Amino acid sequence: MSKEYETVIGLEVHVELATKTKIFCGCSTAFGGSPNSHTCPVCTGMPGSLPVLNKKVLEYAVAVGLAANCRITRYCKFDRKNYFYPDNPQNYQISQLYLPICTDGWVEIETPEGQKKIGIHEIHMEEDAGKLIHDEWEDRTLVDYNRSGVPLIEIVSEPDMRSADEVISYLEKLRLIIQYLGASDCKLQEGSMRADVNLSVREKGETAFGTRTEMKNLNSFRAIARAIEGEKNRQIDLLESGEKVVQETRRWDDAKETSYPMRSKEDAQDYRYFPDPDLVPVSISDAFLEEIRAKQPELRTEKMKRYREEYDIPEYDIEIITGSKHMADIFEATVSLGAQPKKVSNWLMGETLRLLKEKEMDPEEIRFSPEHLAGLIALTEEKAVNSTVAKEVFGVMFEEDIDPQRYVEEKGLKTVSDEGALRRTVEEVIAANPQSVQDYRNGKEKAIGFLVGQTMKAMKGKADPGSVNRLLKELL
Amino acid sequence: MAHTITDETIDYVAILAKLELSDAEREQAKKDMGRMLDYIDKLNELDTLSVEPMSHVFPVQNVFREDEVTNGDGSADTLKNAPEEKDSMFAVPRTFD
Repeated sequence: MSKEYETVIGLEVHVELATKTKIFCGCSTAFGGSPNSHTCPVCTGMPGSLPVLNKKVLEYAVAVGLAANCRITRYCKFDRKNYFYPDNPQNYQISQLYLPICTDGWVEIETPEGQKKIGIHEIHMEEDAGKLIHDEWEDRTLVDYNRSGVPLIEIVSEPDMRSADEVISYLEKLRLIIQYLGASDCKLQEGSMRADVNLSVREKGETAFGTRTEMKNLNSFRAIARAIEGEKNRQIDLLESGEKVVQETRRWDDAKETSYPMRSKEDAQDYRYFPDPDLVPVSISDAFLEEIRAKQPELRTEKMKRYREEYDIPEYDIEIITGSKHMADIFEATVSLGAQPKKVSNWLMGETLRLLKEKEMDPEEIRFSPEHLAGLIALTEEKAVNSTVAKEVFGVMFEEDIDPQRYVEEKGLKTVSDEGALRRTVEEVIAANPQSVQDYRNGKEKAIGFLVGQTMKAMKGKADPGSVNRLLKELL
Repeated sequence: MAHTITDETIDYVAILAKLELSDAEREQAKKDMGRMLDYIDKLNELDTLSVEPMSHVFPVQNVFREDEVTNGDGSADTLKNAPEEKDSMFAVPRTFD
């Protein structure tokens, strides 16, 4: 490569909002309903049906806008985006073109060169489309409209990002803001957060933008990083060989690590937007805005600051725990039940992270309750179970959220605190292992480890190793 | 008629509207659309500089619903509109991206 190039990236991020019902009708948004069970005349575009805006959608959109430093459009409305495609029963998508709910915002990301602001061009409210399934048997398409009308916000960034790393940081930042607000669970794999990448390259120092392409079908952070790398190289290769980049939409195939142009929807990208006459305009009052502002929960940066002040735990722990809203909630709830912050943090940073990694789960999928974690910590504090048993109980708790106190009781895992019984076992072990006893007495300190092990085994693991050690030394 | 609709335009509109027109229908549509544009010209003679663009015919705003599920299983009614059905889904000709 003779010239130096710069990559310019802007993102369109779609986020499915965590409402109970669709954006314009009272159909459920729950996952897993049988095909077309969550449909009605409104979300299937029957003539004469009347859409009515779900107030919660507006609240979430405004909340995200405020958290992303946007200007809130005080008088906004909905427009129809017209296109024919089987996923869209109305033949138009209700969206916002002329007066989107939020404009001109920014979020800050960390880069190796320090903090960087990524501009947000706009955020608008719109509805999702139905799901298309390919029928392999008869080579046709099957359509399920359960997702049709599920509320989305689309967050359009400025072309402010220059690398895959910056894109990932930006997405993680958005995800955390939105998860903290409770506006969406933002799962890329499940499609509740989707990103389209607009990318162009230009020679370093150039101020005009190159021709950009749009990439779709990116459903993991890793796929996004690979797609950016792939598309950047493809465009540079074109320019280097004297060819031109064609403005088009490309679909990323993560398995093949390559992208290919999508067949355009009847080659006419002419959406003929016009105001939706079925939906009345939305006027946002000062009172409404204040109400949302007052309800804004503590976001991550504030939470991290508070943790530093309130809890004596390492900075690294704070970063990991607040990196998931769900984990932070569990942490705080467990502490409020009386558990020591450091102990709670240790369980989260140790066994929890280990099991999450082993089972390839997200922190958002943690199922055990704060009450049960607090219960387990109490058991270890009272020395009612030793650390090996505690880890074993935690493993079961992680899977099934059992009550550790009851479980320990039922399975008879409690440490034997009866000093007499423990002493008798130690005496038996000493009598049964004359060789080790001899070794120890001859100065082989390590031999005591074997005797501790034998005692623990005889006690079925239900002894406090400290007490066993003490008794052995006393009796030898 | 001041406006003449070209063959190119009518073909493009037909693609957008998913219509297949016979030759006679094409000629009629060209004439009709030309007259519609003439009428728009007439409207454009009005001075609307001081008039706010209207986005809705009624002076109504802020009509909301609460986020509560009010609809049950609508699949039976919805699927009545399916030309063909399989596994409770609409079966349509194969689509591409």
